[in-house]
Amino acid sequence: MKIIADKPKLLTETPMHYCPGCTHGIVHRLIAEVLEELGKADNAIGIAPVGCAVYAYRYFNCDMIEAAHGRAPAISSAVRRVVNPDNLIFCYQGDGDCASIGMAETVHACMRGENITVIFINNGIYGMTGGQMAPTTMPGVKATTCIYGRDPKKYGNPVHLSEMLATLTGPAYIERVACYDVPHVKKAKAALKKAFEIQMQKKGLSFIEVLASCPTNFHMTPIEAMDFVKTQAEPFYPLGVFKDITKEEANS
Amino acid sequence: MAKGKVEFREAYCKGCSLCVNACPMKILQISKRTNAKGYEVAECVDMDKCIGCASCATMCPDSVITVYRD
Repeated sequence: MKIIADKPKLLTETPMHYCPGCTHGIVHRLIAEVLEELGKADNAIGIAPVGCAVYAYRYFNCDMIEAAHGRAPAISSAVRRVVNPDNLIFCYQGDGDCASIGMAETVHACMRGENITVIFINNGIYGMTGGQMAPTTMPGVKATTCIYGRDPKKYGNPVHLSEMLATLTGPAYIERVACYDVPHVKKAKAALKKAFEIQMQKKGLSFIEVLASCPTNFHMTPIEAMDFVKTQAEPFYPLGVFKDITKEEANS
Repeated sequence: MAKGKVEFREAYCKGCSLCVNACPMKILQISKRTNAKGYEVAECVDMDKCIGCASCATMCPDSVITVYRD
């Protein structure tokens, strides 16, 4: 019998600190698998965020940098300028990091079209700090800072980051994926692979938004939380490719 | 004879039961055994039925499961 699925070598043996059923672990594994398949495991550089994934540098066996809150795209822009152009650089960010405090860095890195990959984990809540409202919290969803559900009149509207960034000229590839069942995890892996391939072809910034669950702060079981992403989050944040420079080049 | 086989590294399992939900043959369950961290770990109850589809390993957030297939 041969092994068809195992823990990727790019992940360390350190047990992950994430809560049971957290989507971060799935995305970590997908990134490691994709980098190994592309043969880039030895020269990948990851930028860890602040948020639940703050310890991502403990789990990846490649070079990792821990950025200040929200500054991962800025750090990776700097890293891009000093390292070998063949190195793959990825930022791993949550919604508080990428869409709130780091919005300026995210937008400006996209405007410059830096040759990096940004992986944006959107679970619509601040996980690490205890379930406060995030910029991506959907209307009507309860959080500790909007206990009767988010009212757009009072708290503003959530941001659709992928759609917003797709209006810019800089980014090369923008896709939103989800991880709530096996087919969607496989699609997410394909999207990550495409994003890294675009970076290898030096076409510019690739941005992958992953709809994630947070069982602890949704106050649900992991299965219920995945179901919430499927039934509530996916209709509000539709999946799909929002920008693909390779297709535009093929059509022109 | 089973087509596939699954192995759990129980020390890493957090008992989230995403693998139990993903298994198309419904042969996984959360056992009454706990690991060093106090989580009730997942286990396979009928390995002969395993088809080695790796759905469980695809959903596992902690890369606990190793899947073998002929």
